[in-house]
Amino acid sequence: MSFPLLTVLGRMALAFLLATGAVTAFAFHAVRQAVQPPYYRRQIVSQILEIGYYSLPVVGLTAIFTGMVLALQTYTGFARFSAESAIPNVVVVSLTRELGPVLASLMVAGRIGAAIAAEIGTMRVTEQIDALTTLSTDPFKYLVAPRLIAGIVTLPILVLVADIIGILGGFLVGVYKLDFNDAAYLRNTIDFLQFQDVFSGLVKAAVFGFLITLMGCYHGYTSKGGAQGVGMATTNAVVSASILIFTFNYFITEAFFAR
Amino acid sequence: MNAKISLRDVTKAFGPKKVLQGIDLDVAPGESMVVIGGSGSGKSVLLKCILGLMAPDRGSIRVDGEETVDFNDRGRARVMRKFGMLFQGGALFDSLRVWENVAFGPIQSDGMKPEQAREVAVAKLGAVGLAPEIGELFPSELSGGMQKRVALARAIAREPEIIFFDEPTTGLDPIMADVINDLIVKCVSDLGATAVSITHDMASARKIGHRIGMLYEGKLIWQGPVADIDRSGNAHVDQFIHGRAEGPIRMQVRKL
Repeated sequence: MSFPLLTVLGRMALAFLLATGAVTAFAFHAVRQAVQPPYYRRQIVSQILEIGYYSLPVVGLTAIFTGMVLALQTYTGFARFSAESAIPNVVVVSLTRELGPVLASLMVAGRIGAAIAAEIGTMRVTEQIDALTTLSTDPFKYLVAPRLIAGIVTLPILVLVADIIGILGGFLVGVYKLDFNDAAYLRNTIDFLQFQDVFSGLVKAAVFGFLITLMGCYHGYTSKGGAQGVGMATTNAVVSASILIFTFNYFITEAFFAR
Repeated sequence: MNAKISLRDVTKAFGPKKVLQGIDLDVAPGESMVVIGGSGSGKSVLLKCILGLMAPDRGSIRVDGEETVDFNDRGRARVMRKFGMLFQGGALFDSLRVWENVAFGPIQSDGMKPEQAREVAVAKLGAVGLAPEIGELFPSELSGGMQKRVALARAIAREPEIIFFDEPTTGLDPIMADVINDLIVKCVSDLGATAVSITHDMASARKIGHRIGMLYEGKLIWQGPVADIDRSGNAHVDQFIHGRAEGPIRMQVRKL
């Protein structure tokens, strides 16, 4: 007697374990290559510019509108309990702990994760990665390591900028639309802001930066076939990075704030 | 004979498909060996195994008498320094200018200063008949023939002892293919290098090779001097070099 459902579930479980093992092995090898010389400084700087500097507009826009909406929504909810004065506190805590790192990272995953997978995937299917090897250049050191380093370094900076812009968005709505006193709004924000809130957000950003670039590199590096394979690698990079961001967000939050 | 490259019982399979089945091959120093065979006969896999881009399941691959199959990263890098490779599609780095492509090995792997490497790149571009101005262009701005020349210039930039050519004339018109063949002969001769090429272009094989081997169904079914290929006495070789549909080699095609 056969159990088709069990067979399908078993195959899915095995495929999941296989993929997890492959990604883990890839990550270990990539990290080992990233910490050992030689370092391709020009590549690292170029990736920092690509991932950090060129992502600023999209992250900034996301942050300012998130801060504005957060202030507005909090006001409509808290006004029922006459707790409008808590708006600056809610905005600053939500942004620094959660929305800043998660939303900025999701935007970067869409922009950079896809770009990395497409670039490395195209290099794979056009034999450019093999060409690197024949030129005595380790593709992990030249392609993967600079992207991982850039992701870990730049995401916290991006998130810090997103935090500031998001709080500014909340301030603008609070002062110009909800008629808060500007000095009181700022004082409330600063009084309630704790180092751990910002720090936990930056730790999350560094982990998310690693995950985004790792997924982009892994799916690009292992892509097969032609244009279809590269397209699939791009999709998989964004989807897997997004899922990992949400998963790790929970565990890091628990590590910092669970009592 | 002290072979520059020596293969013994090299075997490689992908699942149930046996791609290489016990290849034995010796290439002497300064010799140009051409491996011919139809699509899917295992030519590319053979080349990748020698280059170390793919590990064989079994067998021995020696370069200058040194076993390379179980090399660690350092050993692989050392033997890779002896190699130059011209890829079928060129495999030029499209984010780099032409001169940076040619100078990539000298700068990144040999630690040469960019100014000096640029001079080397211009000289190598000249050796394949390209003007220095071409060095400022990106690969996407070049024709197929020019891309092949740039790829050849990159392959010889580090003055390798052994050069590999993967289908060097595929996708080129007959005249450009002959130009590339002439350049390959000249570059290999000038460097005094050993060459291993894979192709299914018989005109190219006759021009660039000293010896030819034919790969069929993962086995090297014939090898000998270029001059002997027309009297090989092997029906498979005869069918292949004359490009006949009828013969012992059957293409797997379905009837319409």
